[in-house]
Amino acid sequence: MNKRTPLNLARAHPGLPHTVTFDGREIPALPGRTVAATLWSAGITAWRTTRRDGEPRGVFCGIGVCFDCLVEVNGRANQRACLTPTAPGDEIRTQDGSGHGGETGEGEGR
Amino acid sequence: MKAADGAFAGTTPPGTLVVIGAGPAGLAAALAAAQRGVRVTVVDAAGQAGGQFYRQPAGALGARRPQALHHQWRTWERLRDGLAEQIAAGRITHLTEHHVWFVERIGRASAEQRTETEPAERGGATSGAPASGVPSGGAVHAGGVVPGRVSEGRPPASGAATPAGAASSIVPDVAASPAGPRFTVHALLGPEQEEAVAVRADAVVLATGGYEKVLPFPGWTLPGVITAGGAQAMLKGGLVLPGRTAVVAGTGPLLMPVAVGLAAAGAEVAALVESADPKAFARHAATLAAHPDKLAEGAGYAAQLLRHRVPLASRHTIVEAHGKDALEAVTIAALDTAGRVRPGTERRIPCDTLAVGHGMLPHTDLAEGLGCGVDGLNVAVDAEQRTDVPGVWAAGEATGIGGAALSLAEGHIAGRSAAARLRGSAPDPRAWAAAAKSRTKMREFAAAINAVYVPPAHWAEQLHDDTLVCRCEEVPASAVREAVEELGATDARTVKLLTRAGMGWCQGRMCSAAVAGLAGCEERSARRPFARPVPLGVLARPTDDQAEQPPST
Repeated sequence: MNKRTPLNLARAHPGLPHTVTFDGREIPALPGRTVAATLWSAGITAWRTTRRDGEPRGVFCGIGVCFDCLVEVNGRANQRACLTPTAPGDEIRTQDGSGHGGETGEGEGR
Repeated sequence: MKAADGAFAGTTPPGTLVVIGAGPAGLAAALAAAQRGVRVTVVDAAGQAGGQFYRQPAGALGARRPQALHHQWRTWERLRDGLAEQIAAGRITHLTEHHVWFVERIGRASAEQRTETEPAERGGATSGAPASGVPSGGAVHAGGVVPGRVSEGRPPASGAATPAGAASSIVPDVAASPAGPRFTVHALLGPEQEEAVAVRADAVVLATGGYEKVLPFPGWTLPGVITAGGAQAMLKGGLVLPGRTAVVAGTGPLLMPVAVGLAAAGAEVAALVESADPKAFARHAATLAAHPDKLAEGAGYAAQLLRHRVPLASRHTIVEAHGKDALEAVTIAALDTAGRVRPGTERRIPCDTLAVGHGMLPHTDLAEGLGCGVDGLNVAVDAEQRTDVPGVWAAGEATGIGGAALSLAEGHIAGRSAAARLRGSAPDPRAWAAAAKSRTKMREFAAAINAVYVPPAHWAEQLHDDTLVCRCEEVPASAVREAVEELGATDARTVKLLTRAGMGWCQGRMCSAAVAGLAGCEERSARRPFARPVPLGVLARPTDDQAEQPPST
């Protein structure tokens, strides 16, 4: 396997993958990776829709500053996917609007 | 790594130092101070030391050759080994996954010192509370009793009720005060960031680093468009790529290593689009020539770009990112000498990833919360890296963007200065002459680099009316233009009040440069009450009830 991948480049020997779900679909997750890295590795780059226009969003800053990568993890809304590690069995869901079931988000922050 | 609570019981002078940030500046400061006998607590948001420059792959990924994604690895090994040594010796405590949201000055010592920057009518502001947004300085954290767990830098002075008598804090005197530690660093724990913790110390080094500046363009909110630094962070930390075909665009010295890193990790990098004009380098030839190591580094990147067959488009800019639900292509175009897009030069490049950045911005929130003076966008420091708040030093990108080598020099000086002053003596600058010389040279180099790598002067002309400027609040360019052209806004704050730009989750960190550009005003640091969102429960917890104070082992 000479294919160039980040894991090969860093000669990574990760622990056994566990399974998480994204909107109910099972995807493998390497231990140590964040929700964002896990979704990226599964080819998923969007997991949120915005409050006003319902536009898709994913990772932007990658270091916890921009809050664009908010996602629902195990029923908790507004988790930053780029900072949150996965645990086996995590249920990750696309977050719509404010993440609290409202379209506008204003004043609905639970 | 979190077993620090009470570890310092029984400390005697020199007082304790807390360093915020475990990147090059923070580690250099912590090591310099610890090697001179000071007890240091390093507080950092990441799970591992390194900061953004030396961001490490998560341990569970088992990377045997992480240096393949890094530069200046030897320097990192020295920092890493030094840190391990000092931790083993009990002189440094490293608190990981501690997200600092506020640094509080205990007591009202300096009420008389900072009145020139903060209007007196703002009341408690001079006690360390920020000027806006906080109910009142005293109400949040009165008298040094802190919510949640307390990692004591020193044993509590009988319940740690801090007498107002700490008023003796004149500049050179930052040594351990009999009144007890003088700063409380408030942090939120772990990824969920809901549990509070507080660390106390006699002095603080702010090594808070920076984050990336991105100017908007049509399509910049599409999934697949990421900051250049973000692409690198995900690659270094998660060993993952966002897609197969990438374009790297914008301006600045970060773009080359990002393009090289993505290519080395298996992405096809279809173009490196740099808006800077190579001729601009000629104007700074003398300064650049004084840094052969840096020139060699640049040449090394250029060679790697060639090896990976990455086409370089200099004096080009990104015009638009295309796609419906995800990025499908970008349009780039050449710039004329005035920094305008040359009509007819547009070129469409299919890609699923766009890594884009226009330079860096310093993190100044904690410094401003403490009342430290700010010079433009940077925390203002003297030759010892001291801020104008006694007991507070700043080093690295927070004091001005200049790269890892400058951060190391500044951190080293800050750590040595703090160590001397915590011992109650004035330091001898000759002791750090080499670091000071390096600092001077690196600052000159940074000034030249920052003069060369400027965004296209007329970037704002590329924004459509519906191009979002504020990503969080979804404020389009038309709204900002209306606020400026029709409603007379001339500064970011007025634009914010009229449009909500900068009012969302990121508190203007992503849009402030764009708003300033559209409003035609100078970019300034924004005063934010807290450095990150804080759960109301943490703020609401009673802080003036001594019974709330947990035992400190």
